[in-house]
Amino acid sequence: MNGEAIYEQLRDRFPDKVSETRGQGPLKCVYVKPEAIEEVLIALRDQETLGFRHLSFISGIDLKEAIEVAYGLISYSLKVLILLKVTLDHENPTVRTVSHIFSAANWHERETFDLFGVKFEGHPDLRRLLLPEDWKGHPLRKDYKEEPFYHEMPTTREPLLGRS
Amino acid sequence: MNLQDIIVEAEGGQQMLLNMGPQHPSTHGVIRFLVKADGEVISEAIPVVGYLHRGIEKIAESMPYAGFIPFTDRVDYLAAMFCNHAFVTAVEKLLGLEVPRRAEYLRVIADEMNRIASHLIAVGSMAMDIGAYTPFLHGIREREIINDLTEMLCGGRLTYNYMRIGGVSRDLPDGFLKRLKGFLDRFDPGFINEFNRLIGGNEILVRRCAHVATIGADEAMDMGLAGPNLRASGVSWDLRRDMPYSCYPDLEFDVPVGRGFRGSLGDSYDRFMVRILEMSQSARLLRQAIEKLPDGDIQAKAPRKIKPPAGESYGAVESARGELGFYLVSDGGETPLRLKIRTGSFSAMWAIHRKSAGCMLADLVVLLASADIVAPEIDR
Repeated sequence: MNGEAIYEQLRDRFPDKVSETRGQGPLKCVYVKPEAIEEVLIALRDQETLGFRHLSFISGIDLKEAIEVAYGLISYSLKVLILLKVTLDHENPTVRTVSHIFSAANWHERETFDLFGVKFEGHPDLRRLLLPEDWKGHPLRKDYKEEPFYHEMPTTREPLLGRS
Repeated sequence: MNLQDIIVEAEGGQQMLLNMGPQHPSTHGVIRFLVKADGEVISEAIPVVGYLHRGIEKIAESMPYAGFIPFTDRVDYLAAMFCNHAFVTAVEKLLGLEVPRRAEYLRVIADEMNRIASHLIAVGSMAMDIGAYTPFLHGIREREIINDLTEMLCGGRLTYNYMRIGGVSRDLPDGFLKRLKGFLDRFDPGFINEFNRLIGGNEILVRRCAHVATIGADEAMDMGLAGPNLRASGVSWDLRRDMPYSCYPDLEFDVPVGRGFRGSLGDSYDRFMVRILEMSQSARLLRQAIEKLPDGDIQAKAPRKIKPPAGESYGAVESARGELGFYLVSDGGETPLRLKIRTGSFSAMWAIHRKSAGCMLADLVVLLASADIVAPEIDR
């Protein structure tokens, strides 16, 4: 079974919650309504014929007008990777956590919160992961501006060579 | 709850709070644990990571594709070849570029050499953390030869910058294959047997590792473990075989899985042993690749300025630390819109957080060493 057949099955099962297959290039995806992400992931994990037991990654994507969160899942039995996405509001991106479905999501969600500011509702421990706790802003957002100082340490430096 | 609150809470209770790292000899890099312990029994070891966060994913967004390859070397300094490979795979998928066969074979030769080097450090340093210093030196001695070989191949001993989008940077130098064959003849089975006699069957090592921090198959899948850590738990999953890339379909190899060699399935000793068995499979792959190495180009005709069409791709390879994936989003420009790096150490670190509860303090060191954590790969 290839990716398209799995997307087809998902659409049959959740007709108004899973979109048409979208995206260009070698990896296509489906968009899931943010409120339905939990039930879709549970269905993918628990249905015997699919068996998506491995959450490979969760990644944020800043499209300037919206923030997307991408979920990459691998099925050990079908040997295929699929990509699900949710589209979130740019100013206040919020989605339910999936860390109770795949515990691996715990750190992936913390990282996405840290770098994109996506709030995962119901996450047991939503703290910054990679950056210091008192860091301001979410650096992987396209509109991120670095503060000139962090604890009185300059965050920029003069160029080493005489370039401007 | 922030870290300060965790500290205050622990201090108010009956538990001891112990700070391990960031500079601790057994963390191999800059990792810190806040260990909540009752006597010697850990109730929770909270990892504090990010000391090596260099923002590589952010740097990628301001870099031309070809210029980013040296940065991928810095993701995992013990197995940099795989980072090269995964990144160029992601870009090639997006470009729809066909890589010449010879280049694919050279990539596999470079990869498998690097896997042996990385596993030698993993098993050697695991023995060292437990208190046996000599096996580490034996591992380093063999790895030194591999470092010399990669230096012949691409000029680098740790950060290679060897692969290019559409091929590799250099063809094999004179005398390389002869030297590699000489190394393999000595290494497998000679060195591996010696290593097993020296430490693999050592009673102290077995006692320290068997039944320690056992991870079951379901748990391992749920925690997103990958690579040798996952296979040690009995899940037979290897991207080289199951989602084949490069020239792996042409080559024969087995995928060793844990089976409770000296203790229970998925314990620290299984993770140790799976790596030793994998080294011998890598040697087998190298011998076949040398045998079958075709003639031809080493570089496809890639455009000088790489500008992939808008779209997404996921380039994943089986690194020494498991599934190493580059999720690439392009908007058709000269730089990526987003590059996400999925690494094996990241998921292994989460597993350590989960599995530390109930361990003895000394066993945390064993768990950490057996999961083969490389700090910059967690933080990127």
